[in-house]
Amino acid sequence: MDQLDKISGQDTEPSNGQHRQTTLARKRPTAVLSQEERERQRQVAEARKKYGRGRPVRLNQVKDKKLKSALRRIENKYQDAVLGAKDAEILLENQSGFLQPESALERTYKVRQEDISEAVSVQQAKKSFELKLDLGPYCANYTRNGKQLLLAGQKGHIATCDWRSGKPGCELNLNETVRDAKWLHNDQYFAVAQKKHVYIYDAAGVEIHVLRKYVETSHLEFLPYHFLLAGVENSGFLRYTDTSTGQIVAEHPTRKGPPTALAQNPYNAILHVGHQNGTVSLWSPNSTDPLIKIQANTGAVRSIAMDRSGHYMLTGGQDSRLKLWDIRALKEVHSYSTRQPATSISISDRGLAAVVSGTSTTIWKDLLTTGNSSQPGKVQSPYLNYHSSLGTQVKPNTVGFCPFEDILGVAHSSGFTSLIVPGAGEANYDALEVNPYETRTQRREAEVKSLLTKLQPETIALDPNFIGSLDVRSAEQRAREKDLDAPSREEEKMAMLKERNRARGKNSALRRHLRKKGGKNIIDEKRVRMEQMRHEKSEREKERITGEKMELGPALARIFYTSMNTEA
Amino acid sequence: MKIKSLSRAPAPAGSDVVRQPRNLDPSQHPFERAREYTRAVNAVKMERMFAAPFVGQMGHGHVDGVYTMAKDPGSLERFGSGSGDGVIKVWDLVSREEVWSVRGHENIVKGICWTPDRKLLSCATDKTVKLWDPYNTESKSPPLATYLGQGAFTDISHHRTEPAIAVASGAISIYDLSRPASAPTQTLRWPTSTDTLTSVSFNQSETSVLASTALDRAIVLYDLRTSSPLHKAILNLASNKVTWNPMEPFNFAVANEDHNIYIFDMRKMTRALNVLKDHVAAVMDLEFSPTGEELISASYDRTIRLWNRDRGHSRDIYHTKRMQRVFSCKWTPDNKYVLSGSDDGNIRLWRANASDRAGIKSARQMQKIEYDQALIRRYSHMPEIKRIKRHRHMPKPIKKAGEIKREELNSIKRKEENVRKHSKPGSMLRQPERTKMVLGTER
Repeated sequence: MDQLDKISGQDTEPSNGQHRQTTLARKRPTAVLSQEERERQRQVAEARKKYGRGRPVRLNQVKDKKLKSALRRIENKYQDAVLGAKDAEILLENQSGFLQPESALERTYKVRQEDISEAVSVQQAKKSFELKLDLGPYCANYTRNGKQLLLAGQKGHIATCDWRSGKPGCELNLNETVRDAKWLHNDQYFAVAQKKHVYIYDAAGVEIHVLRKYVETSHLEFLPYHFLLAGVENSGFLRYTDTSTGQIVAEHPTRKGPPTALAQNPYNAILHVGHQNGTVSLWSPNSTDPLIKIQANTGAVRSIAMDRSGHYMLTGGQDSRLKLWDIRALKEVHSYSTRQPATSISISDRGLAAVVSGTSTTIWKDLLTTGNSSQPGKVQSPYLNYHSSLGTQVKPNTVGFCPFEDILGVAHSSGFTSLIVPGAGEANYDALEVNPYETRTQRREAEVKSLLTKLQPETIALDPNFIGSLDVRSAEQRAREKDLDAPSREEEKMAMLKERNRARGKNSALRRHLRKKGGKNIIDEKRVRMEQMRHEKSEREKERITGEKMELGPALARIFYTSMNTEA
Repeated sequence: MKIKSLSRAPAPAGSDVVRQPRNLDPSQHPFERAREYTRAVNAVKMERMFAAPFVGQMGHGHVDGVYTMAKDPGSLERFGSGSGDGVIKVWDLVSREEVWSVRGHENIVKGICWTPDRKLLSCATDKTVKLWDPYNTESKSPPLATYLGQGAFTDISHHRTEPAIAVASGAISIYDLSRPASAPTQTLRWPTSTDTLTSVSFNQSETSVLASTALDRAIVLYDLRTSSPLHKAILNLASNKVTWNPMEPFNFAVANEDHNIYIFDMRKMTRALNVLKDHVAAVMDLEFSPTGEELISASYDRTIRLWNRDRGHSRDIYHTKRMQRVFSCKWTPDNKYVLSGSDDGNIRLWRANASDRAGIKSARQMQKIEYDQALIRRYSHMPEIKRIKRHRHMPKPIKKAGEIKREELNSIKRKEENVRKHSKPGSMLRQPERTKMVLGTER
């Protein structure tokens, strides 16, 4: 019945006895659905699960006729849009790769890169290559569309290339320590965190900007929709710069010492900073305190990665544990143990996770989906393994999946390796969003369009859909002010105070809430407010007792208030 | 082991068309709301940037102030205007040039209207109604017919189909145009009223009904079939103009001296359907758009305002330093432009939607325009967008007058609330805004 209400949006009581067979004919709840209608409802439910945005409005609760008809029109439009999007799936041309064992005894992790290269097409096999470079452990970064690759060696070697065709872009020898390098919004600019400051270079390797405010930056991240370059420094400062205007947007001290990991959540543009004491703090440029603090590991947090939908986070700590967190519910889902601390993690478009621990790179599949089901089971075995042919001398430094390709790029101490991981990349891209095969004019147009719709840093919040939603509290306040005959505010406040003071003792609502909330290792603003309230309450108790003690006088006070009683 | 890797077919060589496949999966499109909101802000800013409503003026205008205008119902291009020195001109809207002119009267031309067979009627305070033929005669030619009356005429209106006109002075005189005689065939008046009627209007849909406004603050409805007045409603202040809604025959709007516009349903005159408040001086002229959804009003405060029939405040305001007190305004029949005739003798042509551009638009352009409009509608409740959308430059005196008016009204309201608070509950009932202005009704 609930389902019916949700799905059907139209009242179609026949006016002259004729039954109009509209797409959303609403039946009375006790009528049996025909096969057709059941099928239709199933289709709509499926489409809504994937393409729906929020729950439909319950029209039978709306009394105002004009509002009801307007809402009905809107709901119909939404329904059409959702079904149209589902139908448009027929236009998706490509299918993702896979690695399927044919018998029960075959294991996917036994498959080697050579076998994969033989089995796939020549074009694909060419995408797996190895670059032998000296000058320090490297870190690699693909552009947003996966077209260009940026390699930065710690001893000061920077190289860009179009890795598919092998065309080199630029090559720089900086002769100083390079800690991190990231592409900016397209393949025309990249930022390098060098020994002292952060430098921005052109596609040709020409130094364009020096960001002198950044001193000894250890990690960089670029938020593509906001055009913000964020960097954490060894001093613990987190700075955001708008790369289109050049202004520093925010500078926040994390106050936890040198950070050990940095990652961005692609769903809401929140930065996750990992610290020495095992905490992960979530930052936005709008507040000087972290939004949430999570006690993730017992040792330092070595690496963090988020999936594309912003639902799950993987943290690898110095305590050799790999934890899977559900960020929306703020709960730890699973905890895996790795042989060596996981120094780098990357999650692909389709949910494959590549973990570097020690000298081996392991790729796990379905790590993020098993947390969903009611009986979550841990993943028992990895999807693929990779050990470098050079043995233990080669230590992988960073990993990164190439967007829209079945390729994993491993940057290690002596160069770069590109591996084929079937099933990693998103098969069907949206050309108006990110185009891996863009031409020069398309790149220019995309740059202009994205600058026009550059998002303001004020829109970064834990829930990116708060924009456009009604501010219910202020609407309520305005309605109260408008209603001149309503009782005054003072009476309401008195009523609220009475309610709050009713709960005393061990089972106060406060304590119950804190107990039920579970995650003792998560601090967000609700918890902070609760702690503050508890603190205030205990202060008030103390004051009351000292007041009463003063009234009674020192002798009587000693009788009535022994040291045991004064403790709240 | 089945191994397959993702591979995409390369584009066929030599083809110019660049492929742009789409994927509507929401996980590929993050920050939907924020991006849409940013696009909405851009759209509303562009709309304000492109708002250039003034198109031009008609020819060189009149010498004296323009007090009345009428559009030819059979043509999209011609319309006539009458001015304070008795001159009547007919203009061509397309070229904005004068086509025909004559010095028809000795006094102010108070009313002008067209007949269904393309002839022009004008009435003036010199107690005459004259019939002209601008299409077939030269400028400055004598009138085809003259009708004399007892008193100065203030307004004229033509029946939809029959050759009958209603002219307002102390009472409504119905003349039959097919007869050359000068006497009116009927005279309609409210039995107890003696004051001058300021405007009269035939209902073009419900063709036997007419409405009139008078200096004794009354709005009177008449029926030709019974030759008698139907109903009288008295408001707080006098009304300057009554106009019928072309799409809803029972609704009409009056332009009142208390700076408001009231929309009434003819069947229930105790209560207004809507009150449109924004002018800071008396509203002189009013007209519904051909679609019946919007209105234009000309006011003594040197501005013209465009309204939506449902909302309570104007959606746009047009003013110029050179435009003095505006006495007449009209919609063009294609719903896209409006005309204003003012005291300085000029008739100005304005766009009805300030950011529109004329001309054929490509499909992509139309799509972008419609998308922008949809975005603005979707996010119109957000404060930033609301602020930019309603931002208009107003002349300083108008702005100041509006602020003073608002303050005074607030203080009156506050005082009333204080009295209500300290009196017995139920002794001071609240009166709805839509009935406040109606003093009484008579049948």
